[in-house]
Amino acid sequence: MNINMTLIGQMIAMIVFVWFCMKFIWPPIITALDERRAKIAEGLAATDEAAKALEVANVEAATITDEARGRASEIIEQGNQRGIQILSQAKDEAVAERERQVSAADAEIQQSANHAREELRSSVATLAVLGAERLINKEIDPKTHEQLLEKLIAEI
Amino acid sequence: MSSETTTLTSGEYIRHHLTNLTYGQHPDGTWGMAETAQEAADMGFMAINVDTMFWSIFLGALFLFIFRRVAKKAEAGVPSRGVAAVESIVEFVDTSVKETFHGTSNLIAPLALTLFVWVLLMNTMDLVPVDLIPWLAGKAGIHFQKVVPTTDVNATMGMALAVFVLILFFSIKIKGIGGFMGELTGQPFASNSLVGKIAFAPINFILEMVGLLAKPVSLGLRLFGNLYAGELIFILIAMLGLWQLPLHFGWAVFHLLIILLQAYIFMMLTIVYLSMAHEKH
Repeated sequence: MNINMTLIGQMIAMIVFVWFCMKFIWPPIITALDERRAKIAEGLAATDEAAKALEVANVEAATITDEARGRASEIIEQGNQRGIQILSQAKDEAVAERERQVSAADAEIQQSANHAREELRSSVATLAVLGAERLINKEIDPKTHEQLLEKLIAEI
Repeated sequence: MSSETTTLTSGEYIRHHLTNLTYGQHPDGTWGMAETAQEAADMGFMAINVDTMFWSIFLGALFLFIFRRVAKKAEAGVPSRGVAAVESIVEFVDTSVKETFHGTSNLIAPLALTLFVWVLLMNTMDLVPVDLIPWLAGKAGIHFQKVVPTTDVNATMGMALAVFVLILFFSIKIKGIGGFMGELTGQPFASNSLVGKIAFAPINFILEMVGLLAKPVSLGLRLFGNLYAGELIFILIAMLGLWQLPLHFGWAVFHLLIILLQAYIFMMLTIVYLSMAHEKH
């Protein structure tokens, strides 16, 4: 409880400690704290901005999706129409081909029939001549009866 | 109680615990350690309390060491736990200073931090069992050992006087000698006429001087008184035999509050006094 030199000693100790703190402790720590504060503020601002950007991007994405959907249905519609078109065209072509083939076959049949008829006709003529020869028992001069024969052939 | 003190009466035990280890000049002219409290008192001003100086410098150095390590590591990135703990103390002091002190000063915030942590550490020595360190010191042949520097009025008044010097320094620096003297003589009784001013000056000066001088005295004695009383109660509890165990615990829990509160009050009053010194009226 005696007042003595300790008083002065403590003052000196305190001055040294405060000086040391002022020079080597306070400035670096408070600078670091301020820097960190600025960094955190920056980070928060960036988060806000990112959230806004996300919102914008979401809206944009929705627009693009809608557009794509519309375009897709358009393309499907076009495809369907084109399919129908191709189908009907093919059907038309098939019908035409069938008709062509049928008519070709008809023509061939006609031709064969005509041919057969011609053959038959000439055979009948020959047979008629032969029959007539037998009936008359005499050779018929084809030259003299050519007119008659031709008339006969035309009648068959 | 330690083996050495079992032969002492309770009065002697208490007195023994409240005596500093003093080095100084004996009345016969030789220098040395005081063997009794009476000898320490006889040394007068030319003596030094070795235990107070040792523990306060040790604790101050501990504070500087820990905080310097953190200051070296401090950066804007993610702090480690230790760094974050120290930074939270720094931030707490910084907030307290900014709330009270509105000027610009590179000194006040580090001063407040130093005082707060240093006083806190010195007060915390109060929680070390009262007999432990004196007993160990006794084994080492040292008679007296007071481990709580803030229970020595020299330590607290030393700090308070350093703050007082700063109050005077900043008052004169900010306001000038004339401004400071004007503040000391121009209130609380004010007059518009020159004659009135001169008439009121002496009484104003006396009143203001009392207010001014009360600052360091209240600052130093408040801390000293609280810690001294707390230490005394620890010593009294230590004499109760087995009952001291729960009582020590109870008082230590209560004392935790005092330790922190007194350190905080010391810091806040320092800030308040210095911000008053910075203000112009």
